[in-house]
Amino acid sequence: MDLVFGILPAGLPYWLRVALASGACAVILITLMALGPIAYVYVETKIAGFMQDRIGPKRVGPHGLLQTIADAVKLMFKEAIYPAGADKLLFILAPCLVVVGAFLSFVVLPFSSRLQAVDLNVGLFYVVAVSSISTVGLIMAGWASNNKYALFGAMRSAAQIVSYEIPAVMVLLTVVMMAGSLSLQDIVWAQTGGLSRWFLFRYFPLMPVAFVIFFTAGLAECNRAPFDIPEAESELVAGFHTEYSGFFFAMFFLAEYTEMFVISVVASVLFLGGWMAPLPVLQQLGPVGLGPIWLLAKAWSLVFVMMWLRWTLPRLRVDQLMYVAWKVLLPISMVLVVAVGGLTLWPRTASGFPWDRWAGWILTPLLFAYLAYMIVAARRWSARRTREMAA
Amino acid sequence: MDAPAIHAKLADRFREKIVAFQAETLQPWAVIAPDAIAEVATFAKSDPALAFDNLLCLSAVDYPKEDPPRMEVVYHLFSYEHRHKFVLKVHLPREGAHVPTVEGTWAVANWHEREAYDLFGMVFDGHSDMRRILLPDDWIGHPLRKDWVDPDFYNGMHVKPTQQMAERAMAGEKIGVGPFDITPPNRHVDE
Amino acid sequence: MSNPAYGWRVDDIDTDEMILNMGPQHPSTHGVLRIELRTDGEVVRAARPHIGYLHRCFEKHAESVDYPGVIPYTDRMDYVASMGNSLGYALAVEQLMGIEVGPYVQTIRVIMAELQRIASHCIAVGTYGMDIGAFTPFLHLLRDREKILDLFEWTCGARLLYNYNWVGGVSHDVPDGFVKACRQFLREFDATTYPEMIDLLIKNKIFIKRTAGIGVCSPELAVSYDLTGPNLRGSGPPRDLRRDEPYLGYENYEFEVIVGEGQFGPRGSCFDRNWVRALEMRESAKILHQAVDRLEKMEHTDVHEKVPKRVKPAKGEVYARSEAPRGQLGYYIVADGTGINPYRVKVKSPCFTAMSIFHVLAKGMYIADIIALIGSLDVVLGEIDR
Repeated sequence: MDLVFGILPAGLPYWLRVALASGACAVILITLMALGPIAYVYVETKIAGFMQDRIGPKRVGPHGLLQTIADAVKLMFKEAIYPAGADKLLFILAPCLVVVGAFLSFVVLPFSSRLQAVDLNVGLFYVVAVSSISTVGLIMAGWASNNKYALFGAMRSAAQIVSYEIPAVMVLLTVVMMAGSLSLQDIVWAQTGGLSRWFLFRYFPLMPVAFVIFFTAGLAECNRAPFDIPEAESELVAGFHTEYSGFFFAMFFLAEYTEMFVISVVASVLFLGGWMAPLPVLQQLGPVGLGPIWLLAKAWSLVFVMMWLRWTLPRLRVDQLMYVAWKVLLPISMVLVVAVGGLTLWPRTASGFPWDRWAGWILTPLLFAYLAYMIVAARRWSARRTREMAA
Repeated sequence: MDAPAIHAKLADRFREKIVAFQAETLQPWAVIAPDAIAEVATFAKSDPALAFDNLLCLSAVDYPKEDPPRMEVVYHLFSYEHRHKFVLKVHLPREGAHVPTVEGTWAVANWHEREAYDLFGMVFDGHSDMRRILLPDDWIGHPLRKDWVDPDFYNGMHVKPTQQMAERAMAGEKIGVGPFDITPPNRHVDE
Repeated sequence: MSNPAYGWRVDDIDTDEMILNMGPQHPSTHGVLRIELRTDGEVVRAARPHIGYLHRCFEKHAESVDYPGVIPYTDRMDYVASMGNSLGYALAVEQLMGIEVGPYVQTIRVIMAELQRIASHCIAVGTYGMDIGAFTPFLHLLRDREKILDLFEWTCGARLLYNYNWVGGVSHDVPDGFVKACRQFLREFDATTYPEMIDLLIKNKIFIKRTAGIGVCSPELAVSYDLTGPNLRGSGPPRDLRRDEPYLGYENYEFEVIVGEGQFGPRGSCFDRNWVRALEMRESAKILHQAVDRLEKMEHTDVHEKVPKRVKPAKGEVYARSEAPRGQLGYYIVADGTGINPYRVKVKSPCFTAMSIFHVLAKGMYIADIIALIGSLDVVLGEIDR
């Protein structure tokens, strides 16, 4: 926002400049936020298709690119059905709250050193707080639908989100202790210096575990598989959004994919270096900073992993879900908080373990080599199978 | 054990309750008096030489043209232990038939007997849940009987819109034109 | 109406209990089934299934068409595994009339029955995974089921409801090249379908956690409720009609009878029943290998050779059983010796008895487990309601 503020001529009164700057930021952000899910839905359906050995959308537009737009248009034209006995005000308010909860977090996401709406010095705290507004919206949706199934879904969802907030936030604490600040921009700056300085590779093996816990808890926050009990299709038809049709349903969908993106961005900012490039030399392409591109690349690859998991793993039952949150993730995250806190306080390890310098740039290439090997092996296997089938 | 030996064992224990025995068919059967079927069933299951622990099938058949007209309930028994089979039959009158249930011996008989009652009309005494299973709860009549005639209406809907209706429509009757009486029955009154 | 069998009284529901209705329209009840659940939060206190939504009066129809005309009706009972239904009926009428089909027809029937078993278990295991939440294995298994359906379509022209097993023979001879295509399918099955399914679904930790330990059925309970097929074998007893009372020459084929082993929980759980189905696919593939080899070397006789011009059995009755993919399918046929229509055809379908055990196993489960239980019993409502 400071950027836009600086562009405006100094002659205008202060309040007008602030208003215009924040207005412009809001418009830009909302546009980007709204366009995001369109792409994500298309990517998800295509990925689902390829993983299930089918093609996915391919008729609407070239390679099915216009499929989501067609879906969005269809949903907008659908009749908005209000179930009998539903509390009308809450019924309409619920999807709005869910969407607002997802969108508000965009305000503090740092897309580059200057591309950030507001650099709150409690940025991380703010993100956690506003994403809980969605929970209120979900419960409202379940209650206002006057439908036992929806109520079930809403209750399960509330229990799940609340339970998984705790390990997630504890893990965030480890990052905050290492960076020394809650501001997202400061956290990114604390990871300058290339791959080995990213928080993911510090204090090996503590921080990778922290990343996995955060990612898992983040999946649960978004109600994505394997934690999608609240919208378990085969059990509760559609869970808390059973009774919603048309545009309200679209809003729930929008919120879910936006939330996915937000969690991925926060995870990239916290653990994967935010808008920092893996090697300092790749940061600038001439005068143009590549910050946003790096952040989006990291966030989108995490979104891809979330989609990958959804189509691979079955669903956890609600009590097993709770078990994982309270008896597995929470103790580990508590241990992590204590351990990382102690390590940052002790002067000898305040800047990391001695092997951290090598953990980053050795482990990462190994990881990539393993991924590359898996991809090559999978392609070879499928080529062999195709040859067998043709034989 | 083969069929005559099984029959001998049953006759030995129940004497005159085993009314008949037919051995010259593909699958020999014994006819039991209706009031004794429950005890015969218990004996067949618990006796170690017989050990009929599995009720393969419980069917009802309607023989209106026999002399005297009767309905039969046929029990196909099998023993997993001894691998032998046997068939028990019970002859019932076509109207107002009552048979003791064998649900206590073979739990699967619960649903089989409900189906027999639903489609044929014989009541199984002592059954824990004697109500219709396949047909709607408010259906009248027992369709698989040989003298079944389809009703014209069910809850205001035409049951068989066929040749009869075509003829009646040709004769000028208004068929398939509203208003229809489709008030559903009140199911909560008598469950 | 008070009903101690289900623990159900309308007037004594506590204020914190809820009556929840699943179905008849529901994504996971495998057909039109309605289950009334009385739950205390998520825990089910009593369950009461209502069937009859798909009742099509098969037994009444059978009395008004002639014996061969009943066969298309039998196909439509368990529409997922039609070959098994018509096979059972054909065997019953052949027993009644004393017809013995030749080895060529027997081998063809075995091939079709085993292919149908694999296809049916593809659906069973696939939809079970989908109910648990794993969407992808369902599509992979369906892709492989398409190959089997292509074979069926090539042979008799139909993909789902075949009218194939006739009284005394089969409707169409296998076409030229069928053996080669069948071997091709078996190659792909052994190389990719089966290992992928085991890897992706059966060995998945989350799947095991969801299914092992729920719906445990002891062998005595299973026998008392006349559970048969994979439902019974999942609880332990190795009872398989193809082994115990072989028909169609099954005694000449080498295969194992898969039994639930209770590796991840008590024996007889939902996982064990599903495990039996998954491994049975491999055994069916084994039988198919042998049958196809045999078919190749056999001399081709006319498949309509023993089909009588007029099916008019003498007065008599028979109860014949066969091992359908869902369990023991039994046909009780009464012939009165006059006329060409059966006097009475009563079908004992395996899913009917499997459904009757539902209210016993459902007590104390979570709602999510109810779905897992129905899927593990592998019910097809067409067969229950007929």
